[in-house]
Order: sequence, then C-alpha cells, then structure tokens
Amino acid sequence: MISLPDRGTFVHRYPNGLVLLGEPMPWAESAAFTIAVPAGSGWDPADRSGLASVTCEMCLRGAGERDNRRFISDLESLGVEWSESVSAFHIRFSGACAADVLPQALEVFADVLRRPRLPKDELENARQGLLQDILSVEDDPADLARRELRRRFFPIPFNRPNEGEADHVRAVTWAEVREHYERHFRPNGTILGVAGKFDWERLRGHVGDLLADWPSREPPAVVETPRSAVVAHVDYPSQQTHIAVAYPSVPYDHPQYFEAVGTVGVLSGGMSARLLTEIRDKRGLCYSVHASHRVRPNMGAVLCYSGTTAERAQETLNVLLRELMRLKEGVLEEELDRLKSQYRTGLVMHQESSAARSAAVVTDWHLLGRTRPLAEIDQRVRELTTTALNRFLQENPPQSFTIVTVGPQPLEVPRDVLEAHAT
Amino acid sequence: MTCLKHTLPNGLQLIAECYSDAYTLGIGFFVRAGSRDEPAELAGVSHFLEHMAFKGTPTMTAEEVNLAFDRIGAAYNAFTGEDATVYFAAVLPEFQEAACRLLAELMRPVFPPDEFDREKQVILEEIRMYLDEPPFGADDLCRAKFFAGHPLGRSVLGSTASVEAIGVEQMRAYHRRRYAPNNMVLAAAGRVDFDALVRQAEAFCGGWESWDEDRMLHPLEPAYGFHLSPKPSASHEYLIQMSEGPSGYSKERFAAQLLAAVVGDDSGSRLFWEFVDSGLADSASLAFSEHEDAGVFTLTLSCAEELFSDNLERLRKLIRGLETDGITEEELQRAKRKIFTRTVLAGERPRNRLFSLGLEWLLFQSYQSVQEKLRLVEAVTLEDVNRLIQRYPLSCHATVAAGSWEAIQ
Repeated sequence: MISLPDRGTFVHRYPNGLVLLGEPMPWAESAAFTIAVPAGSGWDPADRSGLASVTCEMCLRGAGERDNRRFISDLESLGVEWSESVSAFHIRFSGACAADVLPQALEVFADVLRRPRLPKDELENARQGLLQDILSVEDDPADLARRELRRRFFPIPFNRPNEGEADHVRAVTWAEVREHYERHFRPNGTILGVAGKFDWERLRGHVGDLLADWPSREPPAVVETPRSAVVAHVDYPSQQTHIAVAYPSVPYDHPQYFEAVGTVGVLSGGMSARLLTEIRDKRGLCYSVHASHRVRPNMGAVLCYSGTTAERAQETLNVLLRELMRLKEGVLEEELDRLKSQYRTGLVMHQESSAARSAAVVTDWHLLGRTRPLAEIDQRVRELTTTALNRFLQENPPQSFTIVTVGPQPLEVPRDVLEAHAT
Repeated sequence: MTCLKHTLPNGLQLIAECYSDAYTLGIGFFVRAGSRDEPAELAGVSHFLEHMAFKGTPTMTAEEVNLAFDRIGAAYNAFTGEDATVYFAAVLPEFQEAACRLLAELMRPVFPPDEFDREKQVILEEIRMYLDEPPFGADDLCRAKFFAGHPLGRSVLGSTASVEAIGVEQMRAYHRRRYAPNNMVLAAAGRVDFDALVRQAEAFCGGWESWDEDRMLHPLEPAYGFHLSPKPSASHEYLIQMSEGPSGYSKERFAAQLLAAVVGDDSGSRLFWEFVDSGLADSASLAFSEHEDAGVFTLTLSCAEELFSDNLERLRKLIRGLETDGITEEELQRAKRKIFTRTVLAGERPRNRLFSLGLEWLLFQSYQSVQEKLRLVEAVTLEDVNRLIQRYPLSCHATVAAGSWEAIQ
C-alpha cells in the first residue's frame, strides 16, 4: 500500500512577516508556487466592490523592468503556466514550470508584489475587461444563483462578489487602485507556498534576496457582520430553476472538522452518495446536484446546488432539503467506509500535482497557522467513526438554511424547514 | 516508462503506459461510438447509452455499480463525443483488478425499462441545462452548419425531440453493433501491472463476441456563412466560428496546434492582445480539434452587445493580417514553449495521459510518448505554420452569433 509523506513542510518566516512554505516532491520534474496576498475583495470599500479585482488586473499589466507585453512574453519564454484569482481574503498568483526556471519565475512575481507599474493608461482596459466578466455572470443563471447565495450567506464584508458590482467598478479611479495596492500588498500576511522539485536552502535564500527587505505594514482592521438565514428568489427567463442552498458548518481548525467534511461526503461524495441517489437516480429530477464543504477563517459552510426544469424544481428543493435534514438521523457504517476509500484516493492523487500541493499548503497556513501533512489527514480520516459523525450531527444538525433560487418562478420552502430556521 | 500492447482473440485491443514510480493508475474503455455513428432518428443515442451503462449490468443493479466504484475510492466517470465514448476510473494500484472488472461490467448494460425512462428525464434536464448556459446551444448550431450534412456535424446530446423518441430496443441494437470488442480499446496509464491487466481483460472481456461494424469516413465539404441564434435575454453576444484544419492523420496537426496557440491561447496570443487585454471582450480563443476525416479550428468570442459589431470588424482585420503576413518566429517559439510546459505538467498525472493514449490508439492506431510528441512539436518550422495558414484559411468559416437580436442586426 502506498504510504503518504509524514514529514513536515519546510517553513521559514522572514523578519518582515512573509511566510515561505516548501513541500518537496523530489520525484516531480516541475515546481509550482502559490502566492496569497491579503488584499482580497473583503477589503473593498463599501462603495467600490471590485476594487481588489481591478487592482489584481492592474498589477499584472507590467512590473519592474517589464511592461505589459514583456511581462507575458517573459513568462511564456520561461515556460511558466500562471494564473491569478481574487477571493474574499486574498489576491492569489499561482504558477507552475520546469523546476530549473523556478527562480526566474519567482523574480517576475516578486516584481508584481513590490513594483507593479499600475499603468494609468491601461486602467480603462482593465476596467472594461472586468465589467464584461461581471455582466457575463448575468447570462449564466447557475453562476448567478451561486453569487447571490454567497452574498446573502457569508458575513459582510466577505460576502461580496469577487469580480465586484458594475456601477462600483465604473467609478474606480487610478488613485484608488494605487491606494488599495499600498494598503494591502504587504509581506506580513502574505504566504508563498512552493511544491515540487527544489532545494530548500537555495529557495529560502533566493526568496530572501527578493522579498526580505519588503517593508511590512500595519494590517487594516475589519469588522465582520454575520448574516441570518434568508430565502430569496431572482426572476430569470431560464429553462431551468437554479437552486442554491447554504448552511453553517465548523471551521478548518475545529476539532470536528473531519467529521463535518465526512457528513458532506455522505451527501455528495461519489455517485452512490445521497443527493445523487435520491434526486437524480431515483427520481430523475435533474442532471446536476452537489454539495461541498467550504472553509474560511473562523467559519465553515456547506453549499449545495441543483438545476432542474421549473415544473420539477419544487420537488427537487423539497427532496434536497429533506435529505439535508435527514442527515441528523445518522450515517451508516457502509457510507463511512466508502468515504474513507474515496478520501484516500484523493489524498494520493493530490501528491501527483505540484500545483495542487502548493495551493493546499498556503490554505493550511492561512487557516491553521501550520501545514497539515497528508499522512496526518490520512490518519484523521482513518480514525473517523460513525459514532463520532453521528455525535457531530446531533450537535450540529444542518439548519438555518439560506436558500436562493433563480428561474421563472419562486419556490415554497417546506414548513418544517422554516420551523428548523426558528430553532 | 514502457508502452505495452496486446490484442485478445475477439479483437479487444489493450494499450498501457506503465510507470513504476507513479502513485495511481488511470484505466478506461474507449469505444468507437459517437454522435457521428448515429442515424438521424437516433440523434443522442451514444450519449444516452453512456448514461445507461451505469444503470444495470447482467450481474449488478445501478445502485450496486455506484456502490462498488465508491467502495474502491475510484474517481470515475464517462464522456461522449463525436468520435468516441470513454469510460474511465482513476484508482490506487491495489484496485486495478476491481476497476477493470467494474468498467467491463459497464460495457454490457441490460437497459432496465424503468431506469431507461427515468434516465431519459435526466438527459432532457442536461439538454435544458446547456440551453441555459452561454452560448445557449450556438456551438451545436455552428457545428451543424459548418459540417453541412457530414456526420461530424451532429449534436452529441441530440435534441429534446430525438431523445424523447429513442426506444430501448433501438438502443440495444445500437449497442450490439458499436460496443463489440473489436470496436474498442482498453487503455491504462500509470502504475499498471500489464501482465495482470491482460489476464483481467481475458477473464472479464474474453467472452464478448466481435461484430463486423465499421465507420464510414467522408471527405469534409464545409459550408460557410453567417447565422443568427436569437437569445433575447442575453447581455452578451457569443460568437462561434468554425473553419477547416488538417485531420488527425495529417502531419500538419502539430503545426495546427501551434497556430491555435499563437492566435488564440488564453494569454499572450493575438486574440488575447486584441480583445481581452484591451477589455473589448471577456474571452476570445482559438482551439484546434482533430478527427479521422477532418480537423476543425473553433474560434469563440464573447463580449458586451454594444461592442459586438466593432469586434467583428476587428476580428476580420486580425485574420486578414494573419493570412497576409503569417506569424513570426518569436511567436512560434513562445507557442512551442507553452505546449512543452503544458504537456510535461499534464503528463505528471496518469489519468491525463490515459485520454490521449486511448483516443489516439482507438481513432488513429497511433502511439507517441510524451517525449516523441515534444520532438514532433519542436520540429515544426515557421514555413510549416505559414503554409498551413494558406491551406486552411481562417477567413473561410461558418459563424453563429448568439445574443439579443438588435446588436447582431
């Protein structure tokens, strides 16, 4: 049987607060990196939703010696596959390349972090591109349902659409982009994760040369306002009604985190899981239905989605909610055994991707302040019992559902679910 | 890494790339049955059949099939295209035999009538789901217009009407013809025990009877033109443009891949700089796909409706410039580097290798290792690509624009 690595990830914290994580995968030919900068959409001013996304876009339009075109052509010449993303907490830059060009790739992105040109004359292009992204969500009712669910479920200000609001993005000025960059791009709070083939001592030295003298800044304060459960409908002339449901769960650092993830696996892990079986296989109500466990600092959530013809949507919602509420009646030994097998395959497969590992160690550090070796996860999953899962479900039954539907008609939420809200 | 092959007496071909240091393996059946093989009255039957494969076998119910795959922790699924239907699983090495046995079960479905009726509803939901998503069916429409009666122009999903009309017995007959062992390949990649795989295939598939069924290949005679697909509620306009390229048998296919990267990769390409970097479109790309008797370049662009007509003009100019001046050596070298990186990174995961291994063997009886492929890409010259641009002009195309009427007018 294949054993999973139990060595810890290399960790180095530079005096300015920057954290470097290194997960060696000596059998790989590649190296991948993930840089998470604490400048995500949660820090957008209330009337500038989308500022983080505009800033991210502007940071990639040339940095240091490179203008926009040279930035891209240099990365392509090095053979770096790269991408950027904005989440509630971070702007992330990720890349993967042949192991021997990792140092040069990191030099390019060190410039992005410290010396972005933020070219004034390209703000309009960046803005137009983002406005089109925002509008394109309106054309996809499934995306729209997910966006409107996040908006109503997650605490303010971490509930905003990462791409922003069209009116706000139209109003963003260059000075605001500059200010967002200056306030939020800082080494303290930034995490750089590397996975794949590398020499740790050389990596640590190289990253130190690039980023150790980046001055730290005081982190900005943020006040979170939690939300209460709501039911909402968005009228939309679609073929299907798109149903999105969320309920609270436990965070990543919670002692029962693996139990929580296990309960979601019972709902949606594999094709024999309950949601697919009950909604799709037994009733033929939909093509797509799934649930996933999501984590953020200090909170966890379960998000569910299904899309189905308007006439069958009410039944789909009813069965979906009934399955969520039925969870507290307990999970079966057989269900847990299947989950454990799936989890193990997933963990082993994770090892085959340097990109996946570099992202995972960064998320670990952000949410736990340490990394979780795959062997530790493997052991925690093996040790799960139905008794522990069922105790978790007794203590944390799915309830307080936030429900968003997008489609031609609103749906009714069954009375027993509404009553469960009240508890 | 070694590549091993074997053929069973009934014609089932086995091919595997074995890496002793891999952690997992991918295994799958690749069946020469796709929308191109369907008679018009059975449009969508290949894809519907792919769903029905999971709905009961001679020895297992639908539920038992899913439970068995989940018990071994398999990451498994299936997909249908124009040329093939593929069933695959990625598993830990200790589950090679179980995965092979279960996948072989799927190849012999029994089509229980109640499951058939229920699954038909699921397929109809899938069709509606795609009609809600951009480009709202415009891709199928463009394919039909471009291929103009060629079998590759058929929709994989079929239509609501065609799927509703399919009966169990028609599906059974289609299955008998297309799912014969001499019409499929069992492929595996990663930590594969090949000797065991041969024994497993003999045990699970050795009793299947072969069937004399071939695929008719046709020369492509594409039809060009501009077509509208109204979607009044859309805020964006979606453009799909198809033009001819070399077939999968052609040596020019590597030049075609490089051309697609130079013109339409998602960063640093000509379409990227013209439309995406400038904020004129939220996406613009060019992809190349190859079949046995044809190759296709598919250009897609989506943008806000008020920018659409200007963008069409810009696109025309961009293509004209490409056809007048060709691409540059520098563009070619960057595209090569991109393809190298992607190929090497993808090659690190066995299941990624599985698909090209199985499909290329099934459709073209051709095998190339990652290293050989990279050598063939490296050997492409600037003259090769610029000659290809002249032979297969992107300015000759079938185009569908989906969106609200006004902007398109």
